[in-house]
Amino acid sequence: MSRRLRLVYASAVVLAAAAAATGAAALVLWAIGASPAATFAVILTGPLQDRFGASEILVRAVPLTLVALGIAVSFRSGILNIGAEGQMQVGILACAAVALAFPGLPRPALLPLCLLAGAAGGALWGGVAGVLRARLGVNEILSTVMLNYIAAQLYTFLLRGPMIDPDELMTGSGTPQSMRLPRAAWLDRLVPGTRLHSGLLLALVLAALVWLLLWRTTLGFRMRAAGAGSKAARYAGIPVERSLVVAMLIAGGFAGLAGSVEVTGVHHRAIEAISAGYGFAGIVVALFGGLHPAGIVPAAVFFGLLLVGADMTQRSAGVPANMVLVLQGVIILAIVSAKTYLDDPYARERMARLLRRAGLLAPPPAAEGEAEP
Amino acid sequence: MRRGEALALVGENGAGKSTLMNILAGLYQPDGGRILVNGAPVHFRTPADAFDRGVGMVHQDFMLVPSMTVAENVALGLRHLHGRLRLDLAEARRRVVEVAEHHELPVDPDTHVWQLSVGEQQRVELVKTLCLGAQLLILDEPTSALTPQETDDLLERLKRMTAEVSVIFISHKLNEVKALSDRVTILRHGAVVFNGTTADHSTSELAALMTGHEVVLPRNQGGGEAGRPVLAVRGLRVRGDRGHLALDGLDLELRAGEILGLAGVSGNGQRELADALAGLRPVEAGSVRLDGEELAGAGPGRIIARGMGYIPEDRHHEGIVPGFSVRENLVLKDFAAAPFSRGGLLRPAEIERNARHLRERFDVRCSSLGVATGALSGGNIQKVILARELARRPRALVAVYPTRGVDMGAEEFIHNQLLALRREGAGILLVSEELEEIMNLSDRVAVIYRGRILDVLPSREATRERLGLLMAGVAA
Repeated sequence: MSRRLRLVYASAVVLAAAAAATGAAALVLWAIGASPAATFAVILTGPLQDRFGASEILVRAVPLTLVALGIAVSFRSGILNIGAEGQMQVGILACAAVALAFPGLPRPALLPLCLLAGAAGGALWGGVAGVLRARLGVNEILSTVMLNYIAAQLYTFLLRGPMIDPDELMTGSGTPQSMRLPRAAWLDRLVPGTRLHSGLLLALVLAALVWLLLWRTTLGFRMRAAGAGSKAARYAGIPVERSLVVAMLIAGGFAGLAGSVEVTGVHHRAIEAISAGYGFAGIVVALFGGLHPAGIVPAAVFFGLLLVGADMTQRSAGVPANMVLVLQGVIILAIVSAKTYLDDPYARERMARLLRRAGLLAPPPAAEGEAEP
Repeated sequence: MRRGEALALVGENGAGKSTLMNILAGLYQPDGGRILVNGAPVHFRTPADAFDRGVGMVHQDFMLVPSMTVAENVALGLRHLHGRLRLDLAEARRRVVEVAEHHELPVDPDTHVWQLSVGEQQRVELVKTLCLGAQLLILDEPTSALTPQETDDLLERLKRMTAEVSVIFISHKLNEVKALSDRVTILRHGAVVFNGTTADHSTSELAALMTGHEVVLPRNQGGGEAGRPVLAVRGLRVRGDRGHLALDGLDLELRAGEILGLAGVSGNGQRELADALAGLRPVEAGSVRLDGEELAGAGPGRIIARGMGYIPEDRHHEGIVPGFSVRENLVLKDFAAAPFSRGGLLRPAEIERNARHLRERFDVRCSSLGVATGALSGGNIQKVILARELARRPRALVAVYPTRGVDMGAEEFIHNQLLALRREGAGILLVSEELEEIMNLSDRVAVIYRGRILDVLPSREATRERLGLLMAGVAA
């Protein structure tokens, strides 16, 4: 296929996927009596109408990027980490606990300490799965999902019990949330009047560092070799088990950091549902971004747009909040299917052959000299 | 291709043999040209189309479901037995027994495939293909995974089958081509370069036609004095995968500047010995000394660092990381050392330079150094492994079946490289099932039998007959 044709083919696949997603979503929206056209307009353009909406996209993109970077490290190292959600929650707890335990520390000491504590908490949670896999061969999908459950209950327990804001008990409202963190533990706001915080810069710097780690260091080489061919890596003298543990520590650390950034940058206290499914959406972002930092950052921004746009539909188009999750699911399925299809060279060849047979495409140059009997 | 004929299809790696056969079997689609079956043009869109016309293929990697029984595997393809809800397994079983008896291919229809040896699985593949009604059997390198005994057995059975079915047989091994086929077709770079009667041409003529030049497999001319012992193995005890003692008090001495051939029927401990020497299998007892340093029980990393080279048996999964580029695989053992990294940071320019140099020196044919190594042909993958191991200038090299499944051109190249390494003073342990390879290259030949070295012969005394007796466990 020529380059131009390939481009046409790619656009056709993307259009078909978009049409399928739109069709399925429209059907669902129509069934609940909402206007599909208005809803789509809101999702895709609503967030871009003003500065606040645009900044919210980036606010969502920050934790998505951080989680996805960790996922990329673990998946590249051959360990399918589904536990970012739990690692995030443990990270949030550790970060908030440190901030509340040392309220008197000056900002240059407290803020880094909080972020590090969050990363360490996530790394600990991820490391458990890593060690179980390396030492005992426990399937990491199983262990990370189970650790998610434990983390979720631990999180709820601490926020309703030991870590609950005393004010909540006094006023009797009992909202499960921690005390507000001291100001010294807050990330800077980048744009006044928005929630955009300096975690964005941190995420971008770390994206570059992850690229450096995976493709420019011996540690990254080891992890990628163990992931891409564990047997050959072992034969080449690479300690595969150790690199699995390191990969899970890094992946958990990134998820924990994502949680800490969310706490210190956006909410300033640990609240329920703070992780907001970022731990799972981050997996999709990582895969959609090709497990590569250069793909993950734009993918995170795009998913940020979808998340913010979907939130807006509730207000602007009268679509209930839970509907939004359905739409997200449909869109993600369509995108991932289209990407898988585009990455498959056989599918492309098959299409070329079909077109050729239908006479819509000239035969390939190699066959041109052949005489038809 | 005529009815009741055995046609051998030969050619170097990448000549297009498998592509051609996959088109005949309906797996690939042609861009142009025609296929005629019994004079009528056909178009196979799927393997089922091909089976309907009586064309069936047995692939190099078997297409069997390991957790199913033989009869169940065959039933998968017998679509007319698939009722709406019910599968007529009894009928499938009956067909298996009938075909197996008719063609003298003993298989037990109720065994699970994972319990069968490679040779038995091959018979199941044959029975399956025949049950599906194949009149023309395509066999893609059917002997590449078989032991010499199994190979002889298979060739014998195939010969008998040609009374009823036609066979196209893809092979690198010209002695098998001579033994089985009536006619031979040679492919080079995707075109037929030769068509002729097998009996009229010698193997060396065929080899020359295949590669386009005269192939002379090199021989070890001897010379050079036997040096100091570089690798000394004493009383080695190692367990195999099933927990039995695969090596039971094995003694072996490898000297500098020699090639020691290790002959034996596969499954007598070769694999366990090679793995144990590389530190990949726990050593229960005994000692392994490399230049006097005790390495029994050391990990692979330390053993590699001490100058042990290893060309493993399974080149696709043990020798290379298939998804890594050629460039990366060439430094798989040395990326953490100078000059390829400094202070934990890789140095891409040095890695690239190394790859360019080795590609040239070892004639690795790849479109670019960034291409995934797993996409290369078997012979080229082996050259990548050889390049990496030899560039490290090993003191001792363990080479396990280094030329299995590669074409004659690559075999010649690999043999020359091993001889060159020997001249440089390294000790080489050559594990092979091909007696000819062992006799051509070795200074001494050790025969392994049931986890022990039965005898070590100087190469001039290692005749095919003596080795054959020893391999069967008959000590002189």
